[in-house]
Amino acid sequence: MIELTHVSKEYPKRGYALHDVSFHIKKGEFAFLTGHSGSGKSTTMRLIHMAERPTRGEVRVAAFSSERVTERDLWKVRRRVGMVFQDFRLLPGRTAVENVGFALEVTGTPQKAIQSRANRLLTQVGLASKAGARVEELSGGERQRVAIARALVNDPYILLADEPTGNLDDRATRGIMDLFWDLNARGMVVLMATHDLELTRRHPHARFFELDQGKLVYDSATADPVAS
Amino acid sequence: MYAMREALAAFRRAPVLTGLSSGMVGLALFVVGLFSLSTYNLQIALSAIEERVEVVVYLRDDARQSEIDHLLGELAAFEEVSQVNYVSKRDALERAQRDLPEFGQLFIESEVNPLPQSLEVELRPGNRTPDVVEQVASSARNYPFVEDALYGEEWVDRLFALRRIGFASTAVLGLAFAMVAALIIGTALRIAIFARRDEIYIMRLVGARNGFIRRPFLLEGALAGLVGAVLAAALTYSTYRMVYAYLFEVAWIPGSWVGIGLLAGALFGACSSAVAIRRHLREV
Ligand SMILES: Nc1ncnc2c1ncn2[C@@H]1O[C@H](COP(=O)(O)OP(=O)(O)OP(=O)(O)O)[C@@H](O)[C@H]1O
Ligand SMILES: [Mg+2]
Repeated sequence: MIELTHVSKEYPKRGYALHDVSFHIKKGEFAFLTGHSGSGKSTTMRLIHMAERPTRGEVRVAAFSSERVTERDLWKVRRRVGMVFQDFRLLPGRTAVENVGFALEVTGTPQKAIQSRANRLLTQVGLASKAGARVEELSGGERQRVAIARALVNDPYILLADEPTGNLDDRATRGIMDLFWDLNARGMVVLMATHDLELTRRHPHARFFELDQGKLVYDSATADPVAS
Repeated sequence: MYAMREALAAFRRAPVLTGLSSGMVGLALFVVGLFSLSTYNLQIALSAIEERVEVVVYLRDDARQSEIDHLLGELAAFEEVSQVNYVSKRDALERAQRDLPEFGQLFIESEVNPLPQSLEVELRPGNRTPDVVEQVASSARNYPFVEDALYGEEWVDRLFALRRIGFASTAVLGLAFAMVAALIIGTALRIAIFARRDEIYIMRLVGARNGFIRRPFLLEGALAGLVGAVLAAALTYSTYRMVYAYLFEVAWIPGSWVGIGLLAGALFGACSSAVAIRRHLREV
C-alpha cells in the first residue's frame, strides 16, 4: 500500500530532511511514525501524499508511483489518501461543516449528500455541537478534529495523520484513537505521525517506526524484538 | 453549477475589483467598437464610390458598326463585366449639354460634334479592382479603331489603397485594444487567484481536479469579458445615436459584428484567466 524505497529528500541550503528511508506498509496495517521534532515525520507524510517529490528514491502509494504520476493525476491520489495536516489547513471564514463539506464539494458530491455526510463525520469526531461555528471561533483541539473529519469524509483507504492528537486532551485523544482503530478494522491503512511515545505504548499492536535526523532508525516489523 | 455559483460569488466577494476591471475592459473594447463603426461607414462610403468605377472605351469616328458590335460582344463576354453600353456621338452631346450647361451653348454653336462615340463597360460588384479594370481596358486598346480606354487609374488605385488602410488599421488597433482588454482581465484575475491561492492549494490537497478548480475562474473571466463587451456595445451605440442626431448620418454596424464582439470578449476573458491560473495548478 505504501512503499518507500531509498527515499531521500533534500531541501536547497537546508540539507537532508530525509536520508535513504525504506519501508513498506501493507494492507490493513496501523502504523506510528515517531521521532523528535525536525526528524522528518511531516516530510515523510508529504512525500506519501505526493505534495512533494523525493530527491532520490521512489514513493509508491497504492497504484501510484512518485516517478510516474503526473500533476494532473494527483487528484486520484488525494481521493484515496486522506491527510490530517499538522497545521490543519482549514479554510478561514467558513464553518466547521463547510470545511468538511468542502472536500466533498470538490470531488463532485451532490449538494444534498454533502450536508448529511459532513455532519455525520463531525459527530464521529465529537464535534456535532460546533458544526455551525466558524473556524476562527474554534479552539485548537476543535480545529484539529475538523481537520480529521475532513480527511475521512471521502472514505479514503489510506489515512495519513500528522500529529492528529497534538492539541487534544486525553478523552478526546482516546475518542479519535478509537475511531482510527475502528476504521482500520474495516480495512483502512493508518499512518500516524506523533512524538507522543506514551500514546504509542498504549497501542502495542501497531507497527512502529522511529526517525532520527532524517534516518529510519527503528522499524518494529524488521527489528530484533530483544534489541527493542 | 458549482462553477457558476463560485464565479458569481467572486463578483460579490470583490465588487470593486471586478467592477473596475469590467469597466476598463468596457472602455478598451469601446475603442474597438468606435473603430468598427468608422470602418464600417468608411466601407459603405467607399462602396458607393466604387460603384462608379467603370471603363470607358473611346472609339474613332470612322469605326464601323460591325466592328463596334464585335468589340461590344467581346467585352460583354468578360466574366467580370456586367453590362456594356454604347454611347453614340449624339448621346454624348446630349449628355454634355445636360450635365455641363455652361458649355451647352458652345456645343450647339459648333457645327461638328467634337465628342467621340464610346462604350461604357460596367463591372460586377467585387470586380471593380485595379487589376480587372486594367485587363478590360488593355484588351479594348488592342483594337485599331479604339482611340483609348480610360478608367481613372489614379483614383481607382487610391480607392483600393484607402480600403486596405482602413481594414489594416482597424484590424491592428482592434487587436491591440482587445489585447489590452485581455490583459486587464488577466490582471484582475491574477489578483483574485492570488487572494485565493490558499484555497486553491487546499482544493488540490483534498482531491479537486484541475478542471474543477479552473472552471469558476474561466467563467469569471468570460463573464468579465462579456460584461465589458456589453458595456462597450452600449457605449458605441450611444455614440452612434449622438453622431446620428447631431453630426451626420451614419450607419449602425451589422448585428453579426456586435455578436462576434460579445463572443470575442467572453472568449478573450476566459483565455486570459486560463493563462493566469496555469501557474497555480502546477505547484503540488
Ligand atoms: N519546505 C522546507 N524547506 C526547507 N526545509 C524544510 C522544509 N520542510 C521541512 N524542512 C526541514 O526538514 C526537517 C524535517 O522537518 P519535518 O517537518 O519533517 O519534521 P517533523 O519530524 O515533522 O517535526 P515536528 O515534530 O516538529 O513536526 C527540518 O529540519 C525542517 O527544517
Ligand atoms: Mg511535523
